[in-house]
Amino acid sequence: MFNRREILTGGAAAGAVLVSGCLSRSSQGLVLSDKEAGTLAALCDQIIPADEWPSASEAGVLTFIDRQLTGPYRRHRKAYRTGIEELNKLAQLRIGVDLGSGTALQQLDVARALEQQNPAFFGMVRQHTMQGYYGSPRHGGNKDAVAYRMLGLDVPLLRGRAQFDLTTGSKS
Amino acid sequence: MKGVNAVIIGAGAAGGIVAKELSTAGLSVVLLERGAWYTAHDCRKDDLRNQRVTVLGNAFGPEDDGNPRIVVSSKGEAHEILPSEGGYNNNAACVGGGTLSYGAQAWRFMPQDFRMRSTYGAPEGSSLEDWPISYDDLEPFYDKAEHEIGVSGDVSTDPFKAPRKRDLPMPPLPPNKEFDILWPAAKRLGLHPFHVPMLRNSVPYNGRGPCMRCRWCCGFACEVDAKNGSQNTVIPTALATGNCDLRTGCMAREILIDDRGRARGVRYIDAQGEEVEQLSDIVIVSSAAIESARLLLNSKSRLSPTGVGNRYDQVGRNLQGHHYTGATGYFDLEVYDDLGPGTSIAICDYNHGTPGLHGGGMLANEFTRLPYQTVDRLPEGTRGWGLAHKQAMRQWHKRTIVIMGPTQQIPSTNGRVTLDPRVRDKYGMPVTRIEGNVHPHTFEIGDRQSERAAAWLKEAGALHVSSMSWHPDTVSAGQHQAGTCRMGNDPRGSVVNKFCQVHDVDNVFVIDGSVHVTNGGFNPVLTIMAVAYYASDALVRNWKGSRFRS
Repeated sequence: MFNRREILTGGAAAGAVLVSGCLSRSSQGLVLSDKEAGTLAALCDQIIPADEWPSASEAGVLTFIDRQLTGPYRRHRKAYRTGIEELNKLAQLRIGVDLGSGTALQQLDVARALEQQNPAFFGMVRQHTMQGYYGSPRHGGNKDAVAYRMLGLDVPLLRGRAQFDLTTGSKS
Repeated sequence: MKGVNAVIIGAGAAGGIVAKELSTAGLSVVLLERGAWYTAHDCRKDDLRNQRVTVLGNAFGPEDDGNPRIVVSSKGEAHEILPSEGGYNNNAACVGGGTLSYGAQAWRFMPQDFRMRSTYGAPEGSSLEDWPISYDDLEPFYDKAEHEIGVSGDVSTDPFKAPRKRDLPMPPLPPNKEFDILWPAAKRLGLHPFHVPMLRNSVPYNGRGPCMRCRWCCGFACEVDAKNGSQNTVIPTALATGNCDLRTGCMAREILIDDRGRARGVRYIDAQGEEVEQLSDIVIVSSAAIESARLLLNSKSRLSPTGVGNRYDQVGRNLQGHHYTGATGYFDLEVYDDLGPGTSIAICDYNHGTPGLHGGGMLANEFTRLPYQTVDRLPEGTRGWGLAHKQAMRQWHKRTIVIMGPTQQIPSTNGRVTLDPRVRDKYGMPVTRIEGNVHPHTFEIGDRQSERAAAWLKEAGALHVSSMSWHPDTVSAGQHQAGTCRMGNDPRGSVVNKFCQVHDVDNVFVIDGSVHVTNGGFNPVLTIMAVAYYASDALVRNWKGSRFRS
C-alpha cells in the first residue's frame, strides 16, 4: 500500500513527466527519469542479456516496468528510486562510473555484487524483468512476441499447421 | 424491499446450482454476487493477469484495493495480504466464481473419502472425521452434475473409481503428447492410467462448441465458452425461469436475525454503495469456505453474539484445501505439443491403501505452462539469471513434464478462519484472519506422493527429475478451500446438519465447500456441485409453499 503523500507526489511527478514528455522529450518514461532508466536497463540486460535473441531492454522490459509503476506496481516506486540510487553508488564504488556507462563485464560484476548486497531489490528487478520479457506483449514487454518466438511458440496461435515451415526445404 | 423466498449469497459453483434448482421449483430467488459477470470476451489470454498468475492482479476478482486478509504464520506473526498475493488463498469474485476460470477437472470423490475416520482412525491432534452422508447418497447428484453442467473424459480404465450408473456424457479430448509418453510408462509400472474427467466440452454440448485446445486454460475464461461453469449453464437457466434476480456488485454484510433467532433476510451493499435490506424466508450462504465463514461470524445478534451457527465455536475451524506436491521431469526431446488444456492423464492408484499413510491423492500431469511459469521451474542448479538462464529457458520450456496432485489434507481444528479485530475492508467489515495449519501427517503423505510422481517421470524417460515437496507454514486452502462449516450430526462438532442446514437456525443454509468434512484427494468442484444438487433437492422437498419446514 502507499500513503497519501506518495500518491500526490508520485502522481504529480508522473503528470509532469507526461506533459513535459509531450513538449520536450526530456524523459521517455512515465515514472523513471532517463538516467534511472539507463541504469535499470543495464541491470535488466545482465538479467537477460542479448545473444541471437534480444536483451531485456531491447524487448521492451523497461517500458513494461515503467508502465507497471503507474499501475499495479505503484507500491514499488520507492523501492525502485532508492534501489537504483544505491545501484549507481555501488557501480561508482566498484567501477568508478554509473552502471550504464560500464562495459558489459563491469556491469556483470556490479550485478553480482548487488545480488549479494541487496537481494530484495535485485530479486524484485529480476522478477519484473522476467515478467516483462516472457509475459504478454500487451504490457509493453515481450516486444513483437519475441520471447514466444524464441521458445518456439506460434505467434499467432495456429492449429495443426504450425509444424510445417513453408519457407525452407527442397523446391521440387 | 419486497421479500422473496430465498436469498443466495455467492453465484459460484454451488450458488448457481442452488439458484437454478430453487427457481425452477417455483421459489422466488435473489442471487447476490459481489463481483461482475464476465463473458468469453473477457478472456484476454493475459500471461500475467489471470487467476493463476496474478502478478499484475486478479483477472476475475477480488481487486487488490480494499480487500485485504490477515494471515498468521506459525511463529504468530500477522501479515496483511493482498488478494493477488499467494497467501491470500483466493478463489475468485465473479458470476461463476471459480468455475469461470478453473482448469475444470471433474472428480468424484471415492467412497473412502467420506469415511476417513472409519477407514484410518484419526491421527492424534487431528479432527479427521466421517461425513454424515455417504458416497451412495451423493451418487445421483454427481451424475446430475456431470450431465447438466457437462463433463468429458474416460474413467473406464480406472479400477479404483467409485461405482457409477452411467458413463460421462462426452468422450475425452484426443491425447496430447504428454499423455502418449506417460501412458506406457504408467503401464510398465503396473499403474492404471486414464483420461482426466473435465467440465469441458470435447464435442458440442448444451448449445456450445468444443474446446479449441489453446494454451491459456487454467486461470482464464474460455475464449470459445467451451469450459462449463455455473455462469454458462445453471445461472442462465435460473434467470430464464423469471423467478431468479441476479444482482452483481453486491456485497453481503450480514444475515439479519429476528428476535426468535431465525433469519429474516440479508443486509448488503449494492453496486452503488447503498445499504439494502433484502427480506427472505430462507438465506443460503454459498461464498466459499473462507468468505462463508466470515459472513456467519460477521452476523452477530442477541441470540448469536459470536455469529450465526457459532454457538459451539465451530464456524471457521477445520479450514483445508489441498497439499499439492509432485515432480518436474526434464526430457531430451520435445514433449510439448501446445495442445491445451495440458492436463490429460491421471492415476488413482495412490489415493488409498498405503500402509502407514492416512490416504493419499490423485496424480495427474499439469496444465500447459506459459513461458513465465517456466522461469522458476528450470532444473536444479540452473543460474537464476543471465545468459545461462536464458539458454535454459530455450532448452527446457518444451521439454518438461510436471506431474502433481492434491494430497488429501488431514484437518485440524487449529487451521481456522476468524475475524481480525483491527483491519476492515472497503465496506467497513472486519476482514478474515487465517491461522494455524492442517495436521502434519499431511506432509508425510505429500512427500510420498512427490516420490511417486518422480518415479513415473523417470520411467517415462526423464533425464533428470526435481521433486516438488514442501511443508507450508499455513493452510494452503486456495481455490480448493473447504471445511469451515463442517457438516455433521453433532452440533458440538459441526455447523450444519446433513442437509446443509445450520444446526440452531433452521432457515439458514451453508451450501458450498465449507460443509466438506474432508476434501478428498481430488479437485473438489464436482463434489461441491453434487452437494449443492443434493442439498437443494432436500430443501425443495421440504418447501411447503410459503415457508420452510425443518
